[in-house]
Amino acid sequence: MTTATAEWKIRIQKEDFNVNDEIEAMKKVSRNIGGVTTFLGTGREISKGETISKLNFEHYPEMAEKKLEELRQKAIKDFGIIDMSIIHRIGEIDIGENIVLIIAVSEHRGETFKACEWAIAELKRTVPIWKRETTGSGEVWVSPTP
Amino acid sequence: MITIKYFANLKSIVGREEEKLDLGPETTLLKISEAISQHSPNMGELIREKKVMVSVNMEVIPPDAVIRDGDEVALLPPFSGGL
Repeated sequence: MTTATAEWKIRIQKEDFNVNDEIEAMKKVSRNIGGVTTFLGTGREISKGETISKLNFEHYPEMAEKKLEELRQKAIKDFGIIDMSIIHRIGEIDIGENIVLIIAVSEHRGETFKACEWAIAELKRTVPIWKRETTGSGEVWVSPTP
Repeated sequence: MITIKYFANLKSIVGREEEKLDLGPETTLLKISEAISQHSPNMGELIREKKVMVSVNMEVIPPDAVIRDGDEVALLPPFSGGL
């Protein structure tokens, strides 16, 4: 069974998002929600010993959204959660800024923790998004991290 | 015509974001890599050595897949989204 999606639940966008607004929107999906787990990824300053001044994300338009939607559907089916939203920013991102937000909602907490953890790992593995870091030594496209 | 798309560091290797190749009604990844090698030997090599993933019409394909006229082929370096 597939769950109908609303476009606002899967987004790749340049602009920042408001975590509270996104949580409130997801809480309205069902009156049976008892647990909300969020994963927020942010830009960190040190990577592999180098100081980063800024980050830049690029994606493969359409395929990245398609893969995120597949990921969302699989999370709902496999973990039995009520719903999930995933937002990923692209373009230039400063240190400390938001990069990615995953929200899992369900009746109980257990499955939302598992679904969030699985979703961020799966996103890094299967969604065509690439990160470029600017450091004192120049710009470098990042290799995948576990 | 087949559309070839390049992403991330691959764009600087080939010096372009996209190109069109006319390789007949059906072709293979090997033939595509040989055509690309004409202008970018390093890129052709990366494809043959399976150092990049390849998608056709936005689905990742195995190296022996048949690629048809009109397909959109994307060459994808390892992903690094998330935090």
